[in-house]
Amino acid sequence: MDLSIGLFVFMLATFVGLEIIRKVSPLLHTPLMSLTNAISAISVVGAILITGAEGATMLSKVLGFIAITAAVTNIVSGFLITDRMLKMFKKREEKK
Amino acid sequence: MEHLGSYIYIVSAALFILSLKWMNSPATARRGVFSGEIGMLLAIVGTVLANHIFNWEWILAAFFIGAAVGVPIAYIMPMTAVPQRTAMSHACGALAAALVGTAEFYRANQLHETLPTFVMVALVLETLLGFLTFTGSLMAMGKLQEVLPQRPITYKNQNTVNFVLFVIAAGLGVRLVMVPTDIWIFPVFAGLSLVFGVLLIIPIGGADMPTVIALLNSYAGLSACAMGFALGNNLLVVAGALDGSSGLILSIIMCKAMNRSFTNVLFGAFGQIQASHAQAQQRPYRSASAEEAAAILEAAGSVIIVPGYGLAVAQAQHKIRELYDSLMRRGVDVKFAIHPVAGRMPGHMNVLLAEADIPYDRLWEMDDINGDFGQCDVALVIGANDVTNPAARTDKSSPIYGMPILDVDKAHTVMVIKRSMNPGFAGIDNDLYYMDKTLMLFGDAKAFVGEIIKELPAKVGA
Repeated sequence: MDLSIGLFVFMLATFVGLEIIRKVSPLLHTPLMSLTNAISAISVVGAILITGAEGATMLSKVLGFIAITAAVTNIVSGFLITDRMLKMFKKREEKK
Repeated sequence: MEHLGSYIYIVSAALFILSLKWMNSPATARRGVFSGEIGMLLAIVGTVLANHIFNWEWILAAFFIGAAVGVPIAYIMPMTAVPQRTAMSHACGALAAALVGTAEFYRANQLHETLPTFVMVALVLETLLGFLTFTGSLMAMGKLQEVLPQRPITYKNQNTVNFVLFVIAAGLGVRLVMVPTDIWIFPVFAGLSLVFGVLLIIPIGGADMPTVIALLNSYAGLSACAMGFALGNNLLVVAGALDGSSGLILSIIMCKAMNRSFTNVLFGAFGQIQASHAQAQQRPYRSASAEEAAAILEAAGSVIIVPGYGLAVAQAQHKIRELYDSLMRRGVDVKFAIHPVAGRMPGHMNVLLAEADIPYDRLWEMDDINGDFGQCDVALVIGANDVTNPAARTDKSSPIYGMPILDVDKAHTVMVIKRSMNPGFAGIDNDLYYMDKTLMLFGDAKAFVGEIIKELPAKVGA
């Protein structure tokens, strides 16, 4: 990858992130944090590439294995618990 | 097939952005989670399609274990423990990033592959941030779980020690970038990063945890981002940057809500400073029984409840809900005023009240409700302290001077449920308690609210 393209993508994504997050209601800051947590477990992609590389050494496999386990734990628990929290937010009209 | 992978990545990145965008309102938020899940699924599928992946037995086993651990965590975890879980998952995410960085470093060295300088910079940043966030988050988790002391742990020259350590770690990092073949440096560098994470968090007190958690969130995102640069993967860069900016904004909001700077939170060792301030002289105050409190609440036209972390500790949220229902039935207008740092992480109090089935349109943010206190008959403070202290507005010598607070003292009557007159986290005496219009209700929040509820129906029958 070209470094300049990478930095370009980083710059744009940061601005998009800042703008979007600013609009998130403080009501939902806790679910927001568990959601971004799950999303940042995208490092699972890197972990798969490391573990699954052709001729990966034992060290790579073991470290990659731990990394995938940690990331998948985050993905699964992050998305599920966010949804569990959001289900609890109800408006008054919807009750009864 | 390789191109297909990149196209799938683009869709996945767009889904992540939409996912966060939909979090702006509770009405669309669940759609946001769904979109995030699809985005993640596509990211994994795209990766597998675009690359020749070997060692499937390792990968699938890891997926299986991760899922087996993750599902119970998500369903069993009580809502009061969400801050600890969040700290734990920062730790997991950071660990994953750090280990991938480590594996990549050794792989390249073994194959005598010379990595471009910027890839080495990215690798070094990824492992530094990853390892320090890993141990830092574990420390934060320990403090939140109260396995570790919540008070700041300080010693002489602490900041100097931390600074020197950081300079050494950074120096080793630079050396690694310049001479990647110096393999011995790597374990030392990783070890220092781990130690630095511990040292960074131990001087930070329990009350500052909302800021710290948000900051660690940001670091975890940035280390995933650095991994993107190291592996040349734009999707990682995007997702990491989104997470990084989210953590950054949340920590800025938390800092503002406490009128403190980042440096002050990280290096100030808060609770410590005020310990000496707390020696207050005995001042007169008024207290009331549950029966009196119930009578006042029933006669009120509008009530604003100010919940704090004490409410969560006492597990009183469901009792509060009963009180809310019972007052609303009597035509009393009940609202909740939520200070941004109420609870142990950003937005924590809202989740706890939502769990107790209190409708979210009754939960008001500080700026939106502060004007209402003047017209409100009763302000009922439960388990909150420093965020209601008028000294923050008036007393320049107070350590919390300048912190935005809820203007509870402007209500016609103030009632405070509290265990005793002991000062709160920051150890600062609260002038609110000694005002003429303030009634202190001594007792456990859950038990006391229960008693108030019991007193209420009897009056209606009469």
